[in-house]
Amino acid sequence: MANSTPVKAKASETAQPVSMMSVLAPAVGWLIPGAGHIIQKRYIRGLLLFVSISTMFVLGLLMQGHIYKANGGDILDILGFVGDVGAGAMYIVTLAMDWGQGAIAFAIADYGTKFMIVAGLLNFIAVADAYHIAIGKKQ
Amino acid sequence: MTIQLTHFSAAFVFALFASIVFGITHRETTRDMLRYGIYCFAMFLGGTLLAGWAMWLVRR
Repeated sequence: MANSTPVKAKASETAQPVSMMSVLAPAVGWLIPGAGHIIQKRYIRGLLLFVSISTMFVLGLLMQGHIYKANGGDILDILGFVGDVGAGAMYIVTLAMDWGQGAIAFAIADYGTKFMIVAGLLNFIAVADAYHIAIGKKQ
Repeated sequence: MTIQLTHFSAAFVFALFASIVFGITHRETTRDMLRYGIYCFAMFLGGTLLAGWAMWLVRR
């Protein structure tokens, strides 16, 4: 595996203090997957992130997965909600359109539920990456 | 509208998209991103297949 430590060390040394972009990029990136990278001119990365995360979420919906709403239920329901909310606008639209009701009758629906949760979690990772680019910790 | 995926297809698609995101967010250069993404894909898919066979062995 290639050693990227010298590149990483150089980027960390030039880290910038809090700026408008360090707030805007994560916010926009949460709302629309990959947008936080696109507004920072990382177009290919942003597009790949958008396609990957959005496709995973949409596939989850099409597999009749269940979407979690805010709840005070058991820990797994709470974690499911936290994962789903990471999808940003897709989660908001899904709730608004009353999609994601789930279908116990379909075995594949369980995969759908997990796909949507993981899509949200992957978007959280993407948001963190957009933030690191904004503060200069990463190129 | 419902889409039906086989278990393998679901694992493949999951591994593919997760690897793309991991590759982009965990490495700096394009070459490193590509290599790490392929590595993650192999681990995701290979690990799933391995776990499946391990469960079959335990069940047997």
